[in-house]
Amino acid sequence: MHLEYTVVEGDFVNAGSASSAIKKTLKQLSVNPSIVKRVVVALYEAEVNAIAHAYGGVVTADIDAGKILLRVIDKGPGIPDIDWAMQEGNSTASPEVRNMGFGAGMGLPNIKKNVDRLDVQSTVGVGTTVEMEVNLS
Amino acid sequence: MKLSEIAKVLNAKVICGQDRLDEDQDKAFASDLMSDILTLGDNFPMIVTGLCTMQTIRTCEMGNLDIIVFVRKKKATAEMIELAEDNDMVLMECDYSMFKACGLLWEAGLKPIY
Repeated sequence: MHLEYTVVEGDFVNAGSASSAIKKTLKQLSVNPSIVKRVVVALYEAEVNAIAHAYGGVVTADIDAGKILLRVIDKGPGIPDIDWAMQEGNSTASPEVRNMGFGAGMGLPNIKKNVDRLDVQSTVGVGTTVEMEVNLS
Repeated sequence: MKLSEIAKVLNAKVICGQDRLDEDQDKAFASDLMSDILTLGDNFPMIVTGLCTMQTIRTCEMGNLDIIVFVRKKKATAEMIELAEDNDMVLMECDYSMFKACGLLWEAGLKPIY
């Protein structure tokens, strides 16, 4: 099953819509609730990142019997130093993002904690792809 | 502790989920930081927060957290209430500060998750 959603830069009102839709799909597929929670927490953090830090992008989910593969592909500006961004507490968030309860530098570390595989590829001026995989059984 | 008792202790107005007030809840977690709320793993405490935005409801939806108390006189919007209703959540509004609300809940017997 392939699912795809668009995320729009700065659209905080709808931030989480893609994660919410994927959560409903996983529940319909009777995936273990603990695994559903890990998937949606990781995806939601990545989705908020794309809205808060990037010029929007797409969220895709590919689900088969054994795993879910999620990709959040944004349109830039890209992350100059991924190792720095992965460290808890490091953030470039705007005051607006902090006012939304995010931007404490916990997103990428929290994603890493919840998924079985995480790969972040980024090119400054081009964009970032966050690829996450979670085993469903 | 029944949710109706929690509302009474906090002198809170229940704005969503009135049909769930007979349910029990024994743990709470307080934060204005949504990323903190997303680290709670398989614990499902009541959330006490002064951050009153759509993202509060969304964050709790993602974390399977369905009881939210807004402190510091924060008021939920109609849009927030609608999303909360869609997710069968309980929302309460309380005029007290976060410190006072947590103190009263502790005194009444609610436990932290860590």
